[in-house]
Amino acid sequence: MSEPVITLYRLQACPYCERVVTVLSDLGVEYQSRFVEPMHSDRDAVKRLTGKRTVPAIVDENTGVTMAESANIVEYLEGMYGEDGPLADNGQPAVSEGGA
Amino acid sequence: MEFDVVDLPETEHPTAGDEVPVFTRPLVNAEYWDDVSLADLYEDEPVLLVFYPMDGAFPATYIWNELRDRKFDEYDLTVVGLSISTPYEHESFIEDRTLEETGFRLFSDPTNGVAKQYDIAHSLDGMAGISEPRPATFIIDTDGIVQYSWVAKEWPAFPDYDDLESAVATELTA
Repeated sequence: MSEPVITLYRLQACPYCERVVTVLSDLGVEYQSRFVEPMHSDRDAVKRLTGKRTVPAIVDENTGVTMAESANIVEYLEGMYGEDGPLADNGQPAVSEGGA
Repeated sequence: MEFDVVDLPETEHPTAGDEVPVFTRPLVNAEYWDDVSLADLYEDEPVLLVFYPMDGAFPATYIWNELRDRKFDEYDLTVVGLSISTPYEHESFIEDRTLEETGFRLFSDPTNGVAKQYDIAHSLDGMAGISEPRPATFIIDTDGIVQYSWVAKEWPAFPDYDDLESAVATELTA
Protein backbone atom coordinates (compact mmCIF):
# COMPACT_ATOMS: atom_id res chain seq x y z
CA MET A 1 0.00 0.00 0.00
CA SER A 2 1.54 3.33 -1.02
CA GLU A 3 1.46 5.99 1.65
CA PRO A 4 0.22 9.42 0.59
CA VAL A 5 3.04 11.93 0.92
CA ILE A 6 0.81 14.80 1.99
CA THR A 7 -0.57 14.81 5.52
CA LEU A 8 -3.48 17.17 6.12
CA TYR A 9 -4.20 18.22 9.70
CA ARG A 10 -7.87 19.10 9.84
CA LEU A 11 -10.85 19.61 12.07
CA GLN A 12 -14.20 18.04 11.32
CA ALA A 13 -16.59 20.54 9.66
CA CYS A 14 -13.99 23.31 9.39
CA PRO A 15 -14.73 25.20 6.15
CA TYR A 16 -11.12 26.26 5.60
CA CYS A 17 -10.11 22.61 5.83
CA GLU A 18 -12.80 21.63 3.33
CA ARG A 19 -11.42 24.22 0.96
CA VAL A 20 -8.01 22.52 1.03
CA VAL A 21 -9.66 19.10 0.61
CA THR A 22 -11.46 20.37 -2.50
CA VAL A 23 -8.21 21.59 -4.03
CA LEU A 24 -6.39 18.34 -3.24
CA SER A 25 -9.22 16.36 -4.82
CA ASP A 26 -9.34 18.59 -7.91
CA LEU A 27 -5.60 18.16 -8.37
CA GLY A 28 -5.85 14.42 -7.79
CA VAL A 29 -3.21 14.53 -5.06
CA GLU A 30 -3.40 11.76 -2.49
CA TYR A 31 -3.38 12.76 1.13
CA GLN A 32 -3.83 11.30 4.58
CA SER A 33 -6.15 13.13 6.97
CA ARG A 34 -5.26 13.60 10.62
CA PHE A 35 -8.16 14.95 12.65
CA VAL A 36 -7.19 17.08 15.63
CA GLU A 37 -8.95 18.26 18.76
CA PRO A 38 -11.62 20.96 18.53
CA MET A 39 -10.05 22.65 21.57
CA HIS A 40 -7.47 25.07 20.21
CA SER A 41 -5.28 24.73 23.31
CA ASP A 42 -5.06 20.94 22.86
CA ARG A 43 -3.62 21.01 19.35
CA ASP A 44 0.01 20.49 20.29
CA ALA A 45 0.67 18.14 17.37
CA VAL A 46 -0.02 21.01 14.95
CA LYS A 47 1.85 23.53 17.03
CA ARG A 48 5.03 21.43 16.93
CA LEU A 49 4.84 21.37 13.14
CA THR A 50 3.92 24.88 12.15
CA GLY A 51 4.41 26.91 15.31
CA LYS A 52 0.68 27.65 15.36
CA ARG A 53 -2.34 25.75 16.53
CA THR A 54 -4.50 26.61 13.53
CA VAL A 55 -5.85 24.15 11.00
CA PRO A 56 -5.72 23.35 8.19
CA ALA A 57 -2.03 22.60 8.08
CA ILE A 58 -0.14 20.34 5.69
CA VAL A 59 3.11 18.44 5.62
CA ASP A 60 4.36 17.58 2.12
CA GLU A 61 7.08 14.94 2.15
CA ASN A 62 7.72 15.51 -1.56
CA THR A 63 9.13 18.92 -0.87
CA GLY A 64 9.69 19.01 2.89
CA VAL A 65 7.20 21.86 3.13
CA THR A 66 5.15 22.37 6.29
CA MET A 67 2.52 25.04 6.07
CA ALA A 68 -0.51 26.60 7.78
CA GLU A 69 -3.31 28.97 6.60
CA SER A 70 -5.68 27.74 3.90
CA ALA A 71 -5.00 30.56 1.43
CA ASN A 72 -1.27 29.86 1.54
CA ILE A 73 -1.84 26.13 1.26
CA VAL A 74 -4.15 26.48 -1.74
CA GLU A 75 -1.67 28.74 -3.49
CA TYR A 76 1.16 26.33 -2.76
CA LEU A 77 -0.75 23.25 -3.93
CA GLU A 78 -1.90 24.85 -7.16
CA GLY A 79 1.59 26.16 -7.88
CA MET A 80 3.25 22.82 -7.17
CA TYR A 81 0.71 20.24 -8.37
CA GLY A 82 -1.29 22.34 -10.85
CA GLU A 83 -0.96 21.93 -14.62
CA ASP A 84 2.27 23.88 -14.97
CA GLY A 85 3.68 23.05 -11.58
CA PRO A 86 6.97 21.14 -11.11
CA LEU A 87 5.12 18.24 -9.49
CA ALA A 88 2.14 18.26 -11.84
CA ASP A 89 2.67 14.56 -12.63
CA ASN A 90 2.29 13.50 -9.00
CA GLY A 91 -1.35 14.38 -9.14
CA GLN A 92 -3.88 12.42 -11.12
CA PRO A 93 -6.69 14.69 -12.25
CA ALA A 94 -9.93 13.48 -10.76
CA VAL A 95 -12.00 11.47 -13.21
CA SER A 96 -14.96 13.54 -14.28
CA GLU A 97 -18.22 11.86 -13.41
CA GLY A 98 -20.28 13.64 -15.99
CA GLY A 99 -21.47 17.19 -15.76
CA ALA A 100 -19.68 20.22 -17.03
CA MET B 1 -24.62 -9.81 46.73
CA GLU B 2 -25.41 -12.12 43.83
CA PHE B 3 -23.60 -11.20 40.65
CA ASP B 4 -25.72 -12.28 37.73
CA VAL B 5 -23.92 -13.22 34.58
CA VAL B 6 -25.50 -13.99 31.24
CA ASP B 7 -24.14 -16.82 29.12
CA LEU B 8 -23.37 -15.72 25.58
CA PRO B 9 -23.88 -17.95 22.53
CA GLU B 10 -21.08 -19.87 20.78
CA THR B 11 -19.19 -17.91 18.14
CA GLU B 12 -16.91 -18.61 15.17
CA HIS B 13 -14.39 -15.98 16.21
CA PRO B 14 -10.77 -16.21 15.00
CA THR B 15 -8.55 -18.45 17.13
CA ALA B 16 -4.84 -19.31 17.25
CA GLY B 17 -3.55 -20.23 13.80
CA ASP B 18 -6.17 -18.24 11.88
CA GLU B 19 -5.40 -15.33 9.62
CA VAL B 20 -6.62 -12.25 11.44
CA PRO B 21 -9.46 -10.35 9.74
CA VAL B 22 -8.04 -7.02 8.54
CA PHE B 23 -9.91 -3.75 8.87
CA THR B 24 -9.31 0.00 8.58
CA ARG B 25 -10.81 2.42 11.09
CA PRO B 26 -9.86 5.77 12.65
CA LEU B 27 -7.08 5.10 15.17
CA VAL B 28 -6.92 7.64 17.98
CA ASN B 29 -3.79 8.69 19.87
CA ALA B 30 -3.43 11.43 22.47
CA GLU B 31 -3.27 14.13 19.78
CA TYR B 32 -5.14 13.14 16.62
CA TRP B 33 -6.74 10.33 14.66
CA ASP B 34 -6.34 9.00 11.17
CA ASP B 35 -7.46 5.94 9.20
CA VAL B 36 -5.13 3.03 9.92
CA SER B 37 -5.21 -0.56 8.74
CA LEU B 38 -4.55 -3.34 11.24
CA ALA B 39 -2.10 -4.75 8.67
CA ASP B 40 0.05 -1.62 8.90
CA LEU B 41 0.38 -2.26 12.62
CA TYR B 42 1.28 -5.96 12.67
CA GLU B 43 3.78 -5.60 9.83
CA ASP B 44 6.04 -3.74 12.26
CA GLU B 45 5.69 -5.76 15.45
CA PRO B 46 3.20 -8.11 17.13
CA VAL B 47 -0.11 -6.52 18.07
CA LEU B 48 -2.31 -6.91 21.12
CA LEU B 49 -5.86 -6.06 19.98
CA VAL B 50 -8.32 -5.48 22.82
CA PHE B 51 -12.07 -5.23 22.17
CA TYR B 52 -13.78 -3.53 25.09
CA PRO B 53 -17.16 -2.04 26.11
CA MET B 54 -17.89 1.57 25.19
CA ASP B 55 -15.80 4.32 26.81
CA GLY B 56 -17.46 5.40 30.03
CA ALA B 57 -18.74 1.94 30.97
CA PHE B 58 -16.96 0.70 34.07
CA PRO B 59 -15.40 -2.35 32.36
CA ALA B 60 -13.64 0.00 29.92
CA THR B 61 -12.08 1.82 32.87
CA TYR B 62 -11.08 -1.41 34.62
CA ILE B 63 -9.58 -3.02 31.54
CA TRP B 64 -7.40 -0.06 30.55
CA ASN B 65 -6.31 0.74 34.10
CA GLU B 66 -5.18 -2.87 34.39
CA LEU B 67 -3.30 -2.91 31.07
CA ARG B 68 -1.64 0.38 32.01
CA ASP B 69 -0.75 -0.72 35.55
CA ARG B 70 0.62 -4.06 34.35
CA LYS B 71 2.85 -2.11 31.97
CA PHE B 72 1.85 -3.78 28.74
CA ASP B 73 3.53 -0.80 27.06
CA GLU B 74 6.94 -2.14 28.07
CA TYR B 75 6.79 -5.14 25.74
CA ASP B 76 7.88 -4.98 22.07
CA LEU B 77 4.23 -5.01 21.21
CA THR B 78 1.76 -2.56 19.72
CA VAL B 79 -1.25 -2.26 22.02
CA VAL B 80 -4.51 -1.09 20.47
CA GLY B 81 -8.09 -1.12 21.72
CA LEU B 82 -11.38 -0.99 19.86
CA SER B 83 -14.79 0.15 21.03
CA ILE B 84 -17.88 1.69 19.46
CA SER B 85 -17.08 5.08 20.99
CA THR B 86 -16.36 8.03 18.73
CA PRO B 87 -12.85 9.46 18.24
CA TYR B 88 -13.84 12.41 20.45
CA GLU B 89 -14.73 10.06 23.30
CA HIS B 90 -11.48 8.16 22.79
CA GLU B 91 -9.52 11.42 23.11
CA SER B 92 -11.15 12.09 26.50
CA PHE B 93 -10.73 8.47 27.56
CA ILE B 94 -7.00 8.49 26.78
CA GLU B 95 -6.66 11.60 28.93
CA ASP B 96 -8.93 10.36 31.76
CA ARG B 97 -7.16 7.01 32.02
CA THR B 98 -3.72 8.68 31.69
CA LEU B 99 -2.79 6.54 28.71
CA GLU B 100 -0.73 9.23 26.91
CA GLU B 101 2.57 7.93 28.22
CA THR B 102 1.78 4.31 27.32
CA GLY B 103 1.32 4.94 23.61
CA PHE B 104 -1.83 2.78 23.68
CA ARG B 105 -4.14 3.76 20.83
CA LEU B 106 -7.84 3.18 20.28
CA PHE B 107 -9.79 2.28 17.14
CA SER B 108 -13.22 3.85 16.78
CA ASP B 109 -16.00 1.71 15.28
CA PRO B 110 -19.45 3.20 16.03
CA THR B 111 -21.20 0.90 13.53
CA ASN B 112 -19.68 -2.19 15.20
CA GLY B 113 -18.67 -3.63 11.82
CA VAL B 114 -15.35 -4.99 13.05
CA ALA B 115 -17.02 -6.98 15.84
CA LYS B 116 -19.37 -8.47 13.25
CA GLN B 117 -16.35 -9.33 11.09
CA TYR B 118 -14.82 -11.14 14.11
CA ASP B 119 -18.18 -12.70 15.10
CA ILE B 120 -18.06 -11.13 18.54
CA ALA B 121 -20.90 -8.59 18.24
CA HIS B 122 -23.14 -8.34 21.30
CA SER B 123 -26.47 -6.49 21.36
CA LEU B 124 -26.92 -4.56 24.57
CA ASP B 125 -30.06 -5.27 26.55
CA GLY B 126 -31.97 -2.11 27.31
CA MET B 127 -30.08 0.04 24.79
CA ALA B 128 -32.19 -0.26 21.66
CA GLY B 129 -30.23 -0.38 18.43
CA ILE B 130 -26.80 -0.52 20.06
CA SER B 131 -24.44 -3.43 19.73
CA GLU B 132 -20.77 -3.51 20.65
CA PRO B 133 -17.95 -6.05 20.73
CA ARG B 134 -17.81 -8.65 23.49
CA PRO B 135 -14.70 -8.12 25.59
CA ALA B 136 -11.98 -9.98 23.67
CA THR B 137 -8.21 -10.01 23.28
CA PHE B 138 -6.09 -11.19 20.35
CA ILE B 139 -2.34 -11.41 19.96
CA ILE B 140 -1.37 -11.15 16.29
CA ASP B 141 2.10 -11.95 14.96
CA THR B 142 3.97 -10.04 12.24
CA ASP B 143 2.52 -12.36 9.56
CA GLY B 144 -1.01 -11.47 10.59
CA ILE B 145 -1.65 -14.82 12.24
CA VAL B 146 -3.59 -15.01 15.51
CA GLN B 147 -1.33 -16.49 18.20
CA TYR B 148 -3.70 -16.15 21.13
CA SER B 149 -7.35 -15.37 21.51
CA TRP B 150 -9.71 -14.86 24.38
CA VAL B 151 -13.37 -13.97 23.86
CA ALA B 152 -15.91 -13.45 26.65
CA LYS B 153 -18.32 -16.37 26.97
CA GLU B 154 -20.50 -14.54 29.45
CA TRP B 155 -21.47 -10.98 30.17
CA PRO B 156 -19.96 -9.23 31.96
CA ALA B 157 -16.49 -10.76 31.78
CA PHE B 158 -12.93 -9.54 32.00
CA PRO B 159 -9.74 -10.76 30.36
CA ASP B 160 -7.57 -13.12 32.37
CA TYR B 161 -4.63 -10.75 32.62
CA ASP B 162 -2.15 -13.30 33.99
CA ASP B 163 -2.94 -15.58 31.08
CA LEU B 164 -2.58 -12.66 28.68
CA GLU B 165 0.79 -11.71 30.15
CA SER B 166 2.16 -15.21 29.75
CA ALA B 167 0.80 -15.37 26.18
CA VAL B 168 2.59 -12.11 25.36
CA ALA B 169 5.83 -13.41 26.90
CA THR B 170 5.53 -16.63 24.89
CA GLU B 171 4.82 -14.81 21.64
CA LEU B 172 7.74 -12.43 22.07
CA THR B 173 10.27 -15.15 22.80
CA ALA B 174 9.02 -17.45 20.02
